[in-house]
Amino acid sequence: MSAAGPLAMTGQGAGPEAGLPLRLRPGAAPGIALWAFIGVATSLFSLFIVAYVMRMSSPDATAIAMPWQLWLSSAWLVAGSMLMQRAAMLGGRAALARWPLRAAGACALAFVVVQWWAWQALLGQQVSLQGNPAGSFFYLLTAMHALHVAGGLVGWLVTMQVLRREPGGADESWRIALCARYWHFLLAVWLALFAALGLISPELAAAICGTSR
Amino acid sequence: MAYVDADDHDGEHAAPTTFITKYVWSQDHKVIAVQYASVAILVGLIGVALSNLMRLQIGFPGVFEFITPERYYQFVTMHGMIMVIYLLTALFLGGFGNYVIPLMVGARDMVFPYMNMLSFWVYLLSVIVLLASFFVPGGPTGAGWTLYPPQAILPGTPGHEGGIVLMLVSLLIFIVATTMGGLNYVTTVLQARCEGMTLMRMPLSVWGIFTATVLALLAFPALFVSGVMMLLDKTLGTSFFMPALVSMGQVTDYKGGSPLLFQHLFWFFGHPEVYIVALPAFGIVSDLLSVHARKAIFGYRMMVWAIVVIGALSFVVWAHHMFVSGMSPWFGFFFATSTLIIAVPTAIKVYNWVLTLWRGDIHLTVPMLFTLAFLLTFLSGGLTGLFLGNVSVDIPLSGTYFVVAHFHMVMGVAPLLVVFGAIYHWFPKVSGRMLDDRLGQLHFWVTFIGTYLIYFPMHYLGVLGMPRRYYNFDGYQFIPPSAHAMNVFITVVALIVGAAQLVYVFNLVWSTFHGRPAGPNPWRAASLEWFTPQTPPAHGNWGERLPVVHRWAYAYSVPGATEDFIAQTAPAADGGLEPDHDEPAGRGHS
Repeated sequence: MSAAGPLAMTGQGAGPEAGLPLRLRPGAAPGIALWAFIGVATSLFSLFIVAYVMRMSSPDATAIAMPWQLWLSSAWLVAGSMLMQRAAMLGGRAALARWPLRAAGACALAFVVVQWWAWQALLGQQVSLQGNPAGSFFYLLTAMHALHVAGGLVGWLVTMQVLRREPGGADESWRIALCARYWHFLLAVWLALFAALGLISPELAAAICGTSR
Repeated sequence: MAYVDADDHDGEHAAPTTFITKYVWSQDHKVIAVQYASVAILVGLIGVALSNLMRLQIGFPGVFEFITPERYYQFVTMHGMIMVIYLLTALFLGGFGNYVIPLMVGARDMVFPYMNMLSFWVYLLSVIVLLASFFVPGGPTGAGWTLYPPQAILPGTPGHEGGIVLMLVSLLIFIVATTMGGLNYVTTVLQARCEGMTLMRMPLSVWGIFTATVLALLAFPALFVSGVMMLLDKTLGTSFFMPALVSMGQVTDYKGGSPLLFQHLFWFFGHPEVYIVALPAFGIVSDLLSVHARKAIFGYRMMVWAIVVIGALSFVVWAHHMFVSGMSPWFGFFFATSTLIIAVPTAIKVYNWVLTLWRGDIHLTVPMLFTLAFLLTFLSGGLTGLFLGNVSVDIPLSGTYFVVAHFHMVMGVAPLLVVFGAIYHWFPKVSGRMLDDRLGQLHFWVTFIGTYLIYFPMHYLGVLGMPRRYYNFDGYQFIPPSAHAMNVFITVVALIVGAAQLVYVFNLVWSTFHGRPAGPNPWRAASLEWFTPQTPPAHGNWGERLPVVHRWAYAYSVPGATEDFIAQTAPAADGGLEPDHDEPAGRGHS
């Protein structure tokens, strides 16, 4: 089974399941469910961003400078995504796939830690949750994204557990492939949030909403 | 490779052996469906009782001293939220979705049985948290089911402390449960259909539930976003929705928040929610009409596309709930137009239902009576929706009993009639016994006539200008004595209709143990769920091998056939294939 690797999800594998229709291949159902969940999460974060734009168009909103730590946390998430992709590409060779898989999880953990550091930096600058809506949204959106990362880490831990229990098992490749998809999505959501928080000024928000400040 | 082997590769779980694993921590979709439905019906009875208490106050103001203004608003709020979210949404998706999807598409279970089980228990937790708000100091929230800020979290609104917090927490938990269930339903429909069950052979019940689930997955996040932000406004003092204001003579710390933002988020969820309830009802009605009129559904493909189009359009009409909140006239024009456009696919469905009945062999069974009653009720509620969809008509009628009458007819009574019809229809499959027919007829006629006697006069009261949400109408010169007399009449009928639901509950309980044995297919239906090896279906539904489907679910009264229906599993040579039949290549999955 594992010879097909993550390509089994894309219909290009050469394993014994290659003759099956796409929807019957191992991991196909979790794959569909993950796409559906990505749709839910996309809806959720899109609505948060829309709310951010509408609230930032209010007269009391002022822009805040993004803490430099966010660039570092972004770098961790980019590294995690690349490592996870590497693990997925090596999915058929379990021993080789393990270290990038472990490292990708560690990168996500490091991301959360650096986000916490960024929170402390902003709090040090007297940007509170209760004050300027830019600050309120910063804490809210980064907290929601951290929860999203935490969900991914649970899936990652389950995958690590499966790999440890059944090395070379039938589920290995597709589980790693799904982790990779989730990690890429985590990165995409974070980049969208980072861009929104950093680039949508109160003036731009007011222009989008057609309100005067 | 045999299809059954491929199917069993994923997701099969061993049959439960203990009482606990079979009936409590069950991963079987059928048990989970009954669990969902039981909790939803129980909490729904609480919702009905609350509505009767409200009606006692409106019909006989001042007579029942325990109904204080605070309690009245708490009854209104909890009634609305319970009926829309915890009864109808949970029952259609968690109850019917769980029961019929695997059986109608020929699957052994949901693809993620463990997550399915979790979905129910998380739903139950949300109900417990909701009901716990009756017991906290200050009681449940009385903010109205829309929970509009700023009043929802300020002193002066009943339950503004613990009640609103528990309501918001309960909603967030409910959304988690719905998402877990929804991911299961979508994946099961897309991944676990049996051989020959193409998407365009699926019964319309499955199409309705599937599309409603997609709507739920995309729309509930809006409620989640607004719930989280309001919770932070309430508990941590943020100002997402709360403007600078003085409350009870005290200047608050809030500043700059946007109550309108909440309304947009709420109704971006709220309007699709109407169709989360309506689309499963549309699908189920189509199937019940076809079975009990012994006739193929008219325009199957059109019906499928109408469901999908209605679902898509439901995301671009939300602001018609906000015409009086103030908006650019261009937006008003856009949302009025999009609202009226929904009438087109909806009308297609109504015409097709009527054309299905045309020259059918109509059997006036209890499920069919409820289905026909739905057609009339939905038509009535839908037509008043055309009034309210127009800005210029909506503004004077907004906030009156006309609106109450409209939404109760279209998304209260109409879907509940389908719930009743569907339970009378599928109860024999669930329990192996028939519901008592005489009690069913009594339940139907009292409910059907009673709801019309309740809601038809409300249109008149609304046109008269009688405002909704008022605790007491004494002393308003523009309200004539006849309106007060009408309110007394409505209250008496509401109490009778409420009592009739106890007949229904008695019927459910009594027939479960003493009902007439139903046999495997009492309605002589053609769809797959009636062809399980055992009734009620055993664990895994289909015995050794999964079924193979050769036609759609609507092969009724086929000329030349030996019976007036042909099962979906009968060989293709038996005829009754779908009108545009095109034998699928290979395994036959679209």
